[in-house]
Amino acid sequence: MKATDIAIIGGGPAGLSAAIYAASLGVKVTLIDDGLELGGQLIKQTHKFFGSEKQFAGVRGIEIAKKMIRDIERYGNVEVIANATVTGYYEDEVITITKGVNGDILKKLKAQRIIIATGASENMLPFVNNDLPGVYGAGAVQTLMNLYGVVPGNNILMIGAGNIGLIVSYQLLQAGIKVAAIVEALPNIGGYLVHASKIRRLGVPIYTSHSLKEVYGTDCVDKAVISEINQNFEFVPGTEKELEVDTICLAVGLSPLSDLLWQAGCQMKYIPELCGHVALRDDNMKSTKDKIYIAGDVAGIEEASSAMLEGQIAGLNAAVSLGYKCDNYKEQDKKLKAELKELRDNPLSEEIKRGIEKALIKEGRD
Amino acid sequence: MLERTGIPTDDDLEKVIPDKERLTKGPVVIIECFQKIPCDPCAISCKLGAIKPFNDINDLPQVDFEKCTGCGVCISSCPGLAIFVMEMNYSDEKSLIKLPHEMLPLPEKGDDVYALDRAGSMLGKAKVIKVLKIKNKTHVISIEVPKSMAMKVRSIKVEDKNNER
Repeated sequence: MKATDIAIIGGGPAGLSAAIYAASLGVKVTLIDDGLELGGQLIKQTHKFFGSEKQFAGVRGIEIAKKMIRDIERYGNVEVIANATVTGYYEDEVITITKGVNGDILKKLKAQRIIIATGASENMLPFVNNDLPGVYGAGAVQTLMNLYGVVPGNNILMIGAGNIGLIVSYQLLQAGIKVAAIVEALPNIGGYLVHASKIRRLGVPIYTSHSLKEVYGTDCVDKAVISEINQNFEFVPGTEKELEVDTICLAVGLSPLSDLLWQAGCQMKYIPELCGHVALRDDNMKSTKDKIYIAGDVAGIEEASSAMLEGQIAGLNAAVSLGYKCDNYKEQDKKLKAELKELRDNPLSEEIKRGIEKALIKEGRD
Repeated sequence: MLERTGIPTDDDLEKVIPDKERLTKGPVVIIECFQKIPCDPCAISCKLGAIKPFNDINDLPQVDFEKCTGCGVCISSCPGLAIFVMEMNYSDEKSLIKLPHEMLPLPEKGDDVYALDRAGSMLGKAKVIKVLKIKNKTHVISIEVPKSMAMKVRSIKVEDKNNER
């Protein structure tokens, strides 16, 4: 059986950052990702990132991915297993990996530490005819459009005005596709207002306190009905609007992809502020299992910029726990944690901060 | 209301627009950024100190309009595409607006394009004075508009001459 120092599961922003940090300290790293290429959602992100200049602000996601992949390739001590899925974790720190078209190649890997950075999955929305062709998740729209250059539809209704809904709407407009409207159930736009303003001034209306009621069509989507909703999220009769659209794009939130953490027996908690079940962790991103660390959306849905910092913190601390030396460990660790704290020090991050407080295991307490 | 529609209100705008005197004195920046989010590239891009250095990454940009020369370096640095430069007295009747543009096709100098307001409504035509191509692909377009439209126009629509879509 092959052995490694740290196995990192997930090659998105968190996993890549963890791998780079650990590799820079000399750790033997195995990075496993289910995509054909590394980068996770970053490789679909054509917009410039927010955050601080130190953490790639102003750089487009796709360029961030390229840079991190180049960094990974520079290290001889990182093995990448792409197009593979980790299917299980066993008590003796062995993980099973399936690979191949039918998942018929099974590998076992023994790792002294495991960093789980599996990200998130998209939420679905119940409405009449939500199984018609033409109803997509925002991730699929981005994959088709930004990875494969395929137009997902010609006239789109976007559901959700969080950052994903806003950003994907903008990308659709850039691809020359009409966005009929953006619908948001909450009374306020959830994403960054600068994103909303830049879409609005291209003529796309944003309907807050509205939801999708029904979709019509025989073979595919022909028409959608949206309606205002009240404070209890009930449809307000008589406020329906019909929109002639051929595509519905759902950007109604993400849930942490935490199956492996459950299976490994980490202590889990449902924390609505973090959008689902997450593993309890200390401030080094270590779970209740001594050898398992977490980073990124699997630890709570947030931005890529915070995922990258969590990845670095997990990578650093997992490496140091194995006895690898880091010059100025204390200083580096403190710096990363301070940067992460600063990133969350704004009114939009209040919920996330509350959620993390609930998920945090403090020293001397269990 | 901005949080509901994505369109800044007059009250919002009042906080970021320089006074009349400064507006008439030459090109100056207007940063339509109203929400504290972790983002600092604008302050770092400004080498004149006109966008004051941030104490906290979540600060809103603060502009010293006396130091601002309207150079426009900050325009393409902004991930939110929220920065514009206004030259109110570009000529007797026209103002010049420098704005960020990430759509295809890119207009050419001398083209007539549609001028859009903050809600995306077409206000009329504007002439493209300059197209500054930027490496990060947020290009900066200078357009000339009637003075009465200068504070309203914030985007352009370019007709695609070669391709229908």
